[in-house]
Amino acid sequence: MLYDSLIAPFAEFEFMRRALVGTMALALGAGPVGVFLMLRRMSLVGDAMAHAILPGAAIGFLVSGLDLFAMTAGGLIAGFVVALASGLVARATEIKEDASLATFYLMSLALGVTIVSLKGSNLDLLHVLFGTVLALDDRTLLLIAAITTLSLIAMALIYRPLVLECVDPGFLRSVSRAGAPAHLTFLVLVVMNLVGGFHALGTLLAVGIMVLPAAIGRFWARDITLMIVIAVASGSFAGYAGLLVSFHTGVPSGPAIILVAAVLYALSVVFGRVGGLARQAFPGRHLEA
Amino acid sequence: MSTASAPALRFNDLTLGYDRHPAVHHLDGAVATGSLTAIVGPNGAGKSTLFKGIVGMIRPLAGRIERNGVDVREIAYLPQIAEIDRSFPINVYDMVAMGLWRSAGLLGGIGRAARRKVEEAIAAVGLTGFEERPISTLSGGQMQRTLFARLLLQDARLIVLDEPFTAVDAKTAADLFDLVQRWHRESRTILASLHDLELVRSRFPEALLLARQPVAWGPTSAVLTAENLMKARLMCEAFDEHADACAA
Repeated sequence: MLYDSLIAPFAEFEFMRRALVGTMALALGAGPVGVFLMLRRMSLVGDAMAHAILPGAAIGFLVSGLDLFAMTAGGLIAGFVVALASGLVARATEIKEDASLATFYLMSLALGVTIVSLKGSNLDLLHVLFGTVLALDDRTLLLIAAITTLSLIAMALIYRPLVLECVDPGFLRSVSRAGAPAHLTFLVLVVMNLVGGFHALGTLLAVGIMVLPAAIGRFWARDITLMIVIAVASGSFAGYAGLLVSFHTGVPSGPAIILVAAVLYALSVVFGRVGGLARQAFPGRHLEA
Repeated sequence: MSTASAPALRFNDLTLGYDRHPAVHHLDGAVATGSLTAIVGPNGAGKSTLFKGIVGMIRPLAGRIERNGVDVREIAYLPQIAEIDRSFPINVYDMVAMGLWRSAGLLGGIGRAARRKVEEAIAAVGLTGFEERPISTLSGGQMQRTLFARLLLQDARLIVLDEPFTAVDAKTAADLFDLVQRWHRESRTILASLHDLELVRSRFPEALLLARQPVAWGPTSAVLTAENLMKARLMCEAFDEHADACAA
C-alpha cells in the first residue's frame, strides 16, 4: 500500500525516475546559492534574474525550436547581460540597484513572452514558463548535473570570501581582494542554476527551488552549514513529494514541487525552532542563566 | 625596503575624501614604528576616513601614503562595529578564526596548531566558553572582545583601531586596553581613534588632533591643550556643496 503510493511510481516509470534525479540535482546546486542570496538580502534579485533569462531562452527557441543548447546559451547570455547592464545603470546614474534590476527584468519578461508567442503556440509558452520536469531527456539531465557539479565546486572556492563579505565587508577588503571576484562568480552561479532549473521548472518556478528551501533553512538552523544542509534536504524532499502529488492527482508537476516547498515553508514559519511563531508565543519557562 | 628605524607610515600632503570633497585635507607627517598614537577629533573630523585610506579601502584624492614596504593586506584593521552584519549566522569561533586569513587564505586548512591559536586568542579576550555562540546573541562588549581576538590572530605589525572603546563598559574597555598595551610592548605600531580624552591623556604617548586638517600632532600633553581643542571645534566647518576646487 505505502509502497504503491510512495515508491511504485518511481520504480515503474522511467520518466518519474528522471524527474526525481533532475529535481534532486537542482536542489543540491540551488540550495547553497539560495542560502547566500537570502543572507545577502538578495532573494528578490534571484526572482528578477529568473525573469531576465526568458528573452534569451525565447530567442534560442525562436531560432532553433525546443533545442537544449540554443535555449541554454540564450538564457545564460540574457541573464549575464541583464545582471551587468542593470549594475552599470545603477552605478552610473541616480537609479538604485533594485529599481534598475526591476526595469530590466520587466522589459525582459515582456520581450520574452512576445518572442515566444511570435512563433510558438500557447503550449510552447507554457513549456518555457513552467518547464517540463516529466520530459527530461539525457542531455537535459546531464546539463543539470553539470551545472550542479560546477556550482558546488565554485561555491567551495568562494565560500570564505562570500561569508566574509556578508558579515564583515570592511574586514574582507582589508585582508583580501577576493571580494569583488567572489561576488561576480556568485552572480554567475545564480544565473547558471536558474538556467538549469528553467528546463525542469520553467523560468518562473526555477527561482522557487532556490529561494524557498533557503528560507526554510533559516527557521531551523542558527549556523550557516546546517542551514545549507536543511535547504538542500527540503528542496530534495519537495521535489520527491511534489512529483508524487503530481502523479497521483494530475496537477502539473513544476507547480506541485514548488507548492510542497511552500507548505514546508509555512510549517516552518509556525513551528520553526529558530524564531518560529509558535516558539515565540510559547517560549517555555525562562532558564537559570 | 623596510627597516626598523623607518616610520611605519608616512603621509605626504595626503587628501582623502568622497566625491572630490576632502574629509582629510593636506595631512603631512609620519607615524614612528612601535608608537602608540591616539587619533582625536570631533565627529566628521576624518578619523575613519584616514583609517580607510591607511588600509587601502579608499584611494587618496591627492598626495600619498607610504607604508614602509608593508602590503595593505598585512595591516590589522578594526572597523567600527556598526559596519558588521550581526544577524549573520556565524559563531564566535569562526568569526575569530577569520583572523587566520593571511595563512589560511581561500582554501587552506586550519590545523591543530592554528586551532590552538584560535582558542588562545578567545581565552585572551575572556570569551572561553562562548565559542559556539552565534554572534547575534552577543552583547556589544562581547562582540568587541570577539573582534579583538581576531586582531590577535592577525599578528600584524601595524594595527588600526576605529573607535575600539566606544559603547563598551569600563571593565571591557580596561581588558581590551590591556591587549593594546601588550601589542605596544611587542613594539607593534598602533593607531586608535578615541573620544575619551582622559584615557588618551593617561595612556597614549602620542596624539594626532584632526579636524579635517591636522590641528596638532606630537606628544599627547602638547597636543590636547584647551586652545587646540577649541581650534579643532571651529575648524570642523560644514561640508560645502559648492566648494571651489582646492588650489593648494
